[in-house]
Amino acid sequence: MNPRGEYVKYDWITIFLYLALVAIGWINIYSASANEAIEPFSSFQEEYVKQLLWIGLSVLLIVVVLALDSKFYNRFGSIIYLVSLVSLLGLFVLGKNINGATSWYALGPASIQPSEFAKAATALALAKFISDIQTNIKSYKHQLQAFIIIALPALFIIPQPDPGSALVYAAFLFPLYREGLHFIYLLLGFFAAALFFGTLILGTTWISILIVLIAAFVFFWRRKKRPNLVRYGLISVICIGFAFSVNYIFNNVFEQRHRDRFNIVLGKETDSQGIGYNTNQSEIAIGSGGWTGKGWTQGTQTKGNFVPEQQTDYIFTTVGEEWGFVGSMVVIVLFILLIVRILSRAEQQKAQFNRIYGYSVAAILFIHFFVNIGMVTGLLPTIGIPLPFFSYGGSGLWGFTILLFIFVRLDASNTFYK
Amino acid sequence: MRKLLLLILVLVSGVVFASRLFYLQIYDTSFDKLSENNAIKIQYDYPQRGYIFDRNGKLLVSNQPSYDVMVIPREVKPLDTLEFCKLLKLTKEQFITKLEKARVYSPRLPSVVIPQLTKAEYAYLSEKMHKYEGFYIQKRSLRDYQIAHSANVLGYIAEVNNRIIENNPYYRMGDLIGMQGVEEQYEDVLRGVKGVKYTQKDRFNREIGPYKGGAFDTLPERGKDIVLTIESQLQSYGEELMINKRGGIVALEPSSGEILALVAAPNYDPALLVGRERSKNFTRLWYDTIARPLFDRVLKGEYPPGSPFKTLTGLIALQEGVIDTKEKVYCPHGYVYGRGRKLGCHSHVTPLAMEGGIANSCNAYFCTVYRRTIEKYPSPQEGIQNWHNHLKSFGLGDYLGYDLPIGSKGLIPDSTYYNRWYPERNWYATATISNAIGQGEVSLTPMQMVNFTATIANRGWYIKPHIIKNIKGVDTIPSEYNKKQYTTIDAKHFEPVVEGMHDVYRYGTASSLKIPEIEICGKTGTAENYTKIDGKRVQLTDHSVFVAFAPKDNPKIAIAVFVENGYWGSRWAGKIASLMIEKYIKGEITRTDLEKYVLEGSLMDEYAKPYSGEPFKINQ
Repeated sequence: MNPRGEYVKYDWITIFLYLALVAIGWINIYSASANEAIEPFSSFQEEYVKQLLWIGLSVLLIVVVLALDSKFYNRFGSIIYLVSLVSLLGLFVLGKNINGATSWYALGPASIQPSEFAKAATALALAKFISDIQTNIKSYKHQLQAFIIIALPALFIIPQPDPGSALVYAAFLFPLYREGLHFIYLLLGFFAAALFFGTLILGTTWISILIVLIAAFVFFWRRKKRPNLVRYGLISVICIGFAFSVNYIFNNVFEQRHRDRFNIVLGKETDSQGIGYNTNQSEIAIGSGGWTGKGWTQGTQTKGNFVPEQQTDYIFTTVGEEWGFVGSMVVIVLFILLIVRILSRAEQQKAQFNRIYGYSVAAILFIHFFVNIGMVTGLLPTIGIPLPFFSYGGSGLWGFTILLFIFVRLDASNTFYK
Repeated sequence: MRKLLLLILVLVSGVVFASRLFYLQIYDTSFDKLSENNAIKIQYDYPQRGYIFDRNGKLLVSNQPSYDVMVIPREVKPLDTLEFCKLLKLTKEQFITKLEKARVYSPRLPSVVIPQLTKAEYAYLSEKMHKYEGFYIQKRSLRDYQIAHSANVLGYIAEVNNRIIENNPYYRMGDLIGMQGVEEQYEDVLRGVKGVKYTQKDRFNREIGPYKGGAFDTLPERGKDIVLTIESQLQSYGEELMINKRGGIVALEPSSGEILALVAAPNYDPALLVGRERSKNFTRLWYDTIARPLFDRVLKGEYPPGSPFKTLTGLIALQEGVIDTKEKVYCPHGYVYGRGRKLGCHSHVTPLAMEGGIANSCNAYFCTVYRRTIEKYPSPQEGIQNWHNHLKSFGLGDYLGYDLPIGSKGLIPDSTYYNRWYPERNWYATATISNAIGQGEVSLTPMQMVNFTATIANRGWYIKPHIIKNIKGVDTIPSEYNKKQYTTIDAKHFEPVVEGMHDVYRYGTASSLKIPEIEICGKTGTAENYTKIDGKRVQLTDHSVFVAFAPKDNPKIAIAVFVENGYWGSRWAGKIASLMIEKYIKGEITRTDLEKYVLEGSLMDEYAKPYSGEPFKINQ
């Protein structure tokens, strides 16, 4: 019972998994950033010291997030979303440029990255919109509105430029699908991705021939049902057109560094010194871990700073090198347990708002987890997004903490909203 | 389905990541090595190689500093190749080949570009080295020879080849290793243990301190000094005596099996195989296929032993009881062993018993006792096998077990050997009669000859010949070099043979080679031998063979001398043995005329004969 007389039951499993990931993350940040020349904890400039401070502050945030009434998030979802959009737009005026991206507000010695908080805000707004009694997910108008809610922050983030963070907004397709969005949207997304990579691998000529062949095959297979020849032709033409536009965009709109990242993963280029350096070094570091790794702070690749951005986006390489296959699997299992736990709690929510929000949290964590681990293990192109709770950085940690604990708060009450 | 899609995707990605991690971390081990290569710099600290001394404590081999030009291929920046090649005295093509070879070995680890600069070259180069990034000069220690002899005993030092690197993880590209002789045999003792220093590097290849606080670093351990049994003066004297002759001398101390001298002729100065001229010199020695200076005739050369072998024939006959020391055998200028078949003999008094037979080297006597030895048994197979076993107990027909890396078994035929030649088994003692006098199928290395001589000197046992006297700091040698090996011949049978060998000097075939005040026992040998010229078997001038030990009682030296195509035994080999014995026992030479004759004597004309392409006469 909380002071308002409401029955509150926190999901300690989720909280425990969160704490475990944050703790393991910090241990690895320590290893990746500790400078042997300096006495441990002697300087505030050391990143593991700062991260410890960010972790302390997140405890404060958690208290605040849990102290608020669960109705607060439902009621103020739209306003939080608008504030978040303004903060993203404000970057174009007041933003601070770090490493070529204007994604930050300078607050004294620290920097705040609003895009990390926008995810939670968007999830709240989307949940509020879809759970509205007047919203029908099957209606094209409402679908369009939902897509606009999702796309606006992404569109503001892309030109920062931070396409990786913008990509994460694709995660919202999952809650939409859960709430009744036609499967064709996911399928379309999947086909578009497949065509995209297919075009890059095979080239426009071969992909066109392949499309026509598949269309012809399906057409003759189903000929007893008298399929519409025009429709098949149209779909083929659209697909081929898409392939050509991919080719055009890839060669004329993408910058060389983007092209390089794709070519490395597609195996079209191997350059372990230049553009493929990150992936190569990260594979070497992980691969040298063996079964049980080299031991904490004993990683030679970690010590030598061979992996760039190791305490942030590439933090998993430290796990791989120093804790080996066993340690890596522990981290992966922890992530999967957390996501599955959130999904299962989301399914048990009485309120649709809570469920949509929970699904959004699970989907966002999944996309981060999938893209990040895929990147460091060399399965996906280099897309710079952090590993939740693990990667160094105050904004990221706070953003994910808020995102997760709003759900913990909603789940604790698990009530209808009137 | 709507509830399950995300759940399924999460679980599938978990499986995908697990398999990917399994592939990277467990299945594909190449990442492990890459990691070691790029994050840790390994530097070796080479210890001084152990010194080598002779039995009297005279220093034979020490070390001198040398300088190698090294390269780390990936650190090489564009450079003025022409100027650099001029500095290194290389052609551009050689330079490019060397660089490419280094790159193939490893772009990160150092390789040798030019080994073993002289001090003068080093001084000149070291000033200019800073201009060429990726190249540096590494100091190493090279052999410094205090003597100009014993090359075949000492062996040499060379860079390890790829085969050695693959088989022995201790060695890295550019490391040095002992080859041949003592350097190879005692490599582990002499080289010491190299020290290693691991340095952690960052991604800019900067060193950021010792790896794991230096926990894996080791200090080099200096190689141990070794003392050889070689008597340096005797060895050097032997090599002088063998100038312009081919063959070998090997001398043992019978009571201990210690090798006093091991001369193979022709020989070369060990210093030729050190320094920048090394490969040029080595090629020259390697391709001299006529004189074959790198072929150790003493250890590897298999020759028909000739008459010295008769002492063994006699010993076996006495042991088998087929003759006593009194029985005399008549010699009709040879041994008749079938209708019209006769093995000739030279003229001497006749009939003779054992002692006289040895002194006069009577072929008829030894053929007689040999035939009786074989025919004592029901079948010639058993007879030969018994004879073979006796000889085997002298260490013949097999490796002797000495501590030098090369050798030959020689050949003491057994019954299987003859059964192979005569598949119908219709062979008898007479078919093998030449064995009696050390011709025929029998062949021995000079090392084996000296070993049976030492065995006779000891009256029935020997200690495996060895060249190691002491390893400093260890102060033991393998126990097998202290153990007496007994033969199958009873000690009492040796006395008549020793007396006969003494008579060789008193009135026999070496009576002209007496040394005042020293009682020597010896046996001459004149070994027939053949070669092939244009596919035809051609007989060459006989090998001059001699074995001896002295003094007769309590012998201090046993010696075998072998001079290729030197004609009869006392013509060259006997003289050389006599001088060597006098040198060793007395320390000085009283018969300077004899010494002068041997020193100036040359057989080079004899050796040129088969290669002249013209008909030639032998045994002149």
